[in-house]
Amino acid sequence: MTVTTQQPAQGPAPQRSAGSRAGDLLARVFGGGSGTVFALLIVVFAAIFIVNPSFAEPPSLMAFLKQAAPLMILAIGQYFVIVSGEFDLSVGSLVGAQVVIAAALIDGEEGRTVPVILLMLGFGILVGLINGLITTLLKVQSFITTLGMMLVLYGAIRLWTGGAPTGALSEAFRQPGRGGIDLAVVRQLPWALMILIGVVIIAVAVMRSSYGRTLIATGDNERAAGFSGVRVWRVRTLAFVISSVLATLAAILIGGYAGVTAQVGQGMEFTAITAVVLGGVALGGGRGWVVAAMAGALTLEALFVLFNQLSMPSTIRPAVQGVIIIAAVAYAARERARPRHHQEVPSQSQSNEA
Amino acid sequence: MRTTRALLAAAAAAALMLAACTTDEPSDTAAPDETAAAGEDPGAEGEEPEQETADGEFFVRADFDRQLAQRDVAPEGDPATPWLQAIEPEYVDTAQYAQDGNTLCFSNASVSNPWRVTGWITMQQQVEVLQAAGEIGEFRVSDAADDDNKQISDIQAFIDAGDCNAIIISPSTTATLTPAVEAACASGVPVIVFDRGVNSDCMVTFIHPIGGYAYGADGAEFLVDNLEPGSTVLALRILPGVDVLENRWAAAQEIFADSELEILGDEFTGGDGAEIKNIVTQYLQRGEVDGIWMDAGDGAVAAVEAFEDTGNDYPVMVGEDELSFLRKWQETGMTAVAPVYSNFQWRTPILAATMIWAGEQVPQEWVLPQDELTEDDRDEFLDRNADMPALHYAKFGGEDLPGFPTAWQDR
Repeated sequence: MTVTTQQPAQGPAPQRSAGSRAGDLLARVFGGGSGTVFALLIVVFAAIFIVNPSFAEPPSLMAFLKQAAPLMILAIGQYFVIVSGEFDLSVGSLVGAQVVIAAALIDGEEGRTVPVILLMLGFGILVGLINGLITTLLKVQSFITTLGMMLVLYGAIRLWTGGAPTGALSEAFRQPGRGGIDLAVVRQLPWALMILIGVVIIAVAVMRSSYGRTLIATGDNERAAGFSGVRVWRVRTLAFVISSVLATLAAILIGGYAGVTAQVGQGMEFTAITAVVLGGVALGGGRGWVVAAMAGALTLEALFVLFNQLSMPSTIRPAVQGVIIIAAVAYAARERARPRHHQEVPSQSQSNEA
Repeated sequence: MRTTRALLAAAAAAALMLAACTTDEPSDTAAPDETAAAGEDPGAEGEEPEQETADGEFFVRADFDRQLAQRDVAPEGDPATPWLQAIEPEYVDTAQYAQDGNTLCFSNASVSNPWRVTGWITMQQQVEVLQAAGEIGEFRVSDAADDDNKQISDIQAFIDAGDCNAIIISPSTTATLTPAVEAACASGVPVIVFDRGVNSDCMVTFIHPIGGYAYGADGAEFLVDNLEPGSTVLALRILPGVDVLENRWAAAQEIFADSELEILGDEFTGGDGAEIKNIVTQYLQRGEVDGIWMDAGDGAVAAVEAFEDTGNDYPVMVGEDELSFLRKWQETGMTAVAPVYSNFQWRTPILAATMIWAGEQVPQEWVLPQDELTEDDRDEFLDRNADMPALHYAKFGGEDLPGFPTAWQDR
């Protein structure tokens, strides 16, 4: 298995002097490979700070992270599916559906908040299970399965609500996405940020566990994984469930952040996939770092902020975004294709995928 | 290898630079389904066709002047039933359509936003009343779900069936639906068009509120009156290229041009609350925003929340008569106005059909009143709609219908 294929980009550096370590870190971040996303992130943030220094103030940064958290969580979910060699196109629709479901069922009643959130989680798990089982057991390509799920969810919600969302979210429901702990310097430490940190820690832990390694092995070479005793269908189905559950979490945060509108979630699946690819995760599976996928989402959000701060005409934004993404991915790919000059450090092999 | 990378990086940087320098300003959000979503926006109205434009693609000065003047014209009819009032009506004779048949057919563009859902409920309630009175028999409906082609075939199906005694059409788009409406007229059945218009005057009556220029101007004038000269205003728009929304913005630009307000920018939000909140938050990080102008009130609350969450003072706000916004307005006491795109117009076509069957005269262009909601009448409308859901429109005009209030509550 080639699970241990290396990107020389991150992972704990071997003991060296501090100076050469810093130099090494710089080389890694800006040297291509999956470090590219971090380089891009730094460049974009630097550009934002130059254009608008006030963005560097802690309250602004907190507001930014609060807004970016849902996409980052969605990207983490998408990472699990992509690294296992599949796609999940249904997450955008699922986010929209969950917000609409929440608004319709809660209908402004505070007391219903927790039961409805539990119901949403149940619905998320169900959608993930269906996606996963159809893909793995019925052998329908995940691209088709989840595309179908995207349409089914979109249509079912329209049918159910008669076209437009109804009802209202409760104050308690909106807290995770909108509220936070009031603090002196940052104004507000958003719950969304804390939830995000929790998700990242769990995601990293999962990817370091035996399940994570099996998942990458499956994405890298399904048959080899199967021969070595991996129950591929179970591993992949679980990845779909993780993706749907995280999409549900993202829906709770987005609904909380801005309330219910008909357009919630539209197109988010592609933004999430873009984020994951930008994070250096290989489409087709088998390679990539979950934290880089999350950084990809953060970079995209930062890019949107930069576009706004530059007052860039909205017509040209998708084009520029496309150029930057292609350039970044190409930059990273060159490094991969090239013969390695870096010293392989055995201990890196696992930490890189985690 | 290094060179290639440097080139790529340079290309990206250059693209960024170039982009920052360009000036024209359409959308990044016009995905096909979103375009549809805007077509069905509350802003939906029967504007003049684009071909007739003179001063700009979406600005016809004559229409602008006429609509602004119409706001000050006292409508004919009883103010208690605004859905039967008409501004400067020119009546047409309908004796030729007088008949005993009472099958009513309705081709709806869609019910894909809360404004249309609210109006659709009101319309059904009105039909039930008239059905109970025996004035309407069968009420046949097809919903095109924002699909022009579907609506064209829906209308054709009504014509082919041959047993509709009147056809009501709420067109999904102006130019594309024109031939279908003309075909319906040609079949000899009385045709009633409402909300958005078509490029034809073959229908018996065309029912609509004053229009988009008046809507846009109501909000813009309020900002000019309530802000100090030199204040900053951010304009939030759903998406570009939809005439019903462009008219609103064109009128606002016209008003702002004569003022000393500084327009910080006009941003497309796709009507998405999260996007609205992001954009407003970012403008607030850049500097002060004293006023917000919106081309539709969906998501107005998200814009207000952006000020709350960043600890800024409330702006002077332009919303709409959607209850979520009115409630937020009352709760916070901010300075605001709610332009109205009269939702009660959904009752009028039904009543018009029965009038036509009875051979009564109807206005050829039935311009309904369109009065903005101000702080003075806000609380009254909130009281009236106290039990209504957040996405309900205050001026829905169905309080006297027997299904009130439950029909509008259980949606």
